[in-house]
Amino acid sequence: MAEYQKPLPAPSEVSRPFWDGLTAGELRLQKCEECRRHIFYPRSLCPHCLSQRLGWVKASGRGTLYSYTVVRRAMNPAFQTDVPYVFAIVQLQEGPRVTTNVVNCTPEDVQVDMPVKAFYDNITPEMTLLKFEPA
Amino acid sequence: MTLKRAAAITGIAEMRPQKSADGLSTLGIWADVSRQAILDAGLERKDIDGLLIGPPIVEMTAMWPAHLGEYLGIHPAYQNVVDLGGASAAGMVWRAAAAIQAGLCNAVLCVTGEASDVETFYAPRARRPNQQLPYREFEAPYGPMGVNSGYALIARRHIHEYGTTSRQLAKVAADQRTNACANPEALFYGSPLTIDDVLASPLVVDPLHLLEIVRPCTGGAALLIVSPEMARRSGQTPVWLLGAGESSTGMMLSQYETITTSPIAVSAPKAFAMAGVARSDIDLISVYDCYTITVLITLEDAGFCAKGEGGRFIEEHDLTYRGDVPLNTHGGQLSFGQPGLAGGMSHVTEAVRQLQGRSGERQVRNCELAFVNGNGGIMSEQVSLVLGVE
Repeated sequence: MAEYQKPLPAPSEVSRPFWDGLTAGELRLQKCEECRRHIFYPRSLCPHCLSQRLGWVKASGRGTLYSYTVVRRAMNPAFQTDVPYVFAIVQLQEGPRVTTNVVNCTPEDVQVDMPVKAFYDNITPEMTLLKFEPA
Repeated sequence: MTLKRAAAITGIAEMRPQKSADGLSTLGIWADVSRQAILDAGLERKDIDGLLIGPPIVEMTAMWPAHLGEYLGIHPAYQNVVDLGGASAAGMVWRAAAAIQAGLCNAVLCVTGEASDVETFYAPRARRPNQQLPYREFEAPYGPMGVNSGYALIARRHIHEYGTTSRQLAKVAADQRTNACANPEALFYGSPLTIDDVLASPLVVDPLHLLEIVRPCTGGAALLIVSPEMARRSGQTPVWLLGAGESSTGMMLSQYETITTSPIAVSAPKAFAMAGVARSDIDLISVYDCYTITVLITLEDAGFCAKGEGGRFIEEHDLTYRGDVPLNTHGGQLSFGQPGLAGGMSHVTEAVRQLQGRSGERQVRNCELAFVNGNGGIMSEQVSLVLGVE
């Protein structure tokens, strides 16, 4: 298999459970034990109330497409073979939004507010990215 | 607290943008525009006791004020880097005025720009450090096209929520090009553009076409902001700071409460309230335009039209220097060029030129009040200003 050329996430102590979850095929989000809100991206404190009492919960992997664009010219040459590809923001059922790609469909199939579900893309033996596909 | 008339802009300088650096250095460009701004303000080097710098986007180092201070042989009592991306220039204006009002200094030189081109700007930055920034971990793996894709996401959502059309967006680029064709200093001077031309240019990041996206280039600009006493003695027509407001959201769109309303909805009302003027009093709108959608969102959030009505407002008004709503009369960055953060400063320099009545062929008649907006990141940092002459 050719070496993966695209930027790889460098998980931190704080974000490690998120990435480990994806490798295990599930979406895990932080949840604040004080204000009870879900949090993304992983942080050392809650961006809603600054509490440091955060836990990890399994999320549904369901959401809707908040917005998208079709990238037709790659800035990073490693993405050149993928164009046109869908770069998007998904609104998770639990509240937070995530930046992602919508895959397993053509750009023409993509619409704002369409329902989507998580697709776990194993890009390397150690790393899985959270992408989405039409639900 | 108010900054109304706390200081005035009395000198400006702006290098004509060019497509590539051609051997110029960023520091050399800064020195050149600094000298011109000092001369334009009728000051001498020894008068300069404040220095604010908008750092280059491509070339990164620390302690820029000391580098430029040494190059120019000045020894400021007040100096700093203003790191608000495209909002840096507008941010410098009120920061300089606040420092002057506090008695820290009397004449603040504000400088930015860089030696850059499209290739350098879009060169892969994989080797840069800061691997731990959330952006590197949670966005970069998905292949964003710089900030282009961010503004495309905003445009797509705006179209969805409000029925905005690509034709309405394209009109911003076309009207501004008409302005650039009356500005010999603009990068795209002499190249008229129609709405259909914009729509016929390649889609780069849907729904944005190539000609709705700003072009990075080489250039630089400087402002001199002085105390009221110095302003009255200057011999130039002082352009007074009448109102200022600033607000920000974040760096990643996924983290914003909404992406179709920007912090301009906070910064602009502050600026208008401080100035004590109404939107209808404004003679010139000079606002950041890295993309066509940026202008549309700015017009809505600054209150020139209702939220969601930006598309119709653009359609119904002539935004050229001859029109009923003169906007970005220098061509905007879309047609003037974007020399790093000097692109953001071009909205200030053009407002000053118009207010001082030295815009030549594109001069707006009886131009006494201007609204300026600086925008950094992806609608991240917003600085709104109201500038005026006596």
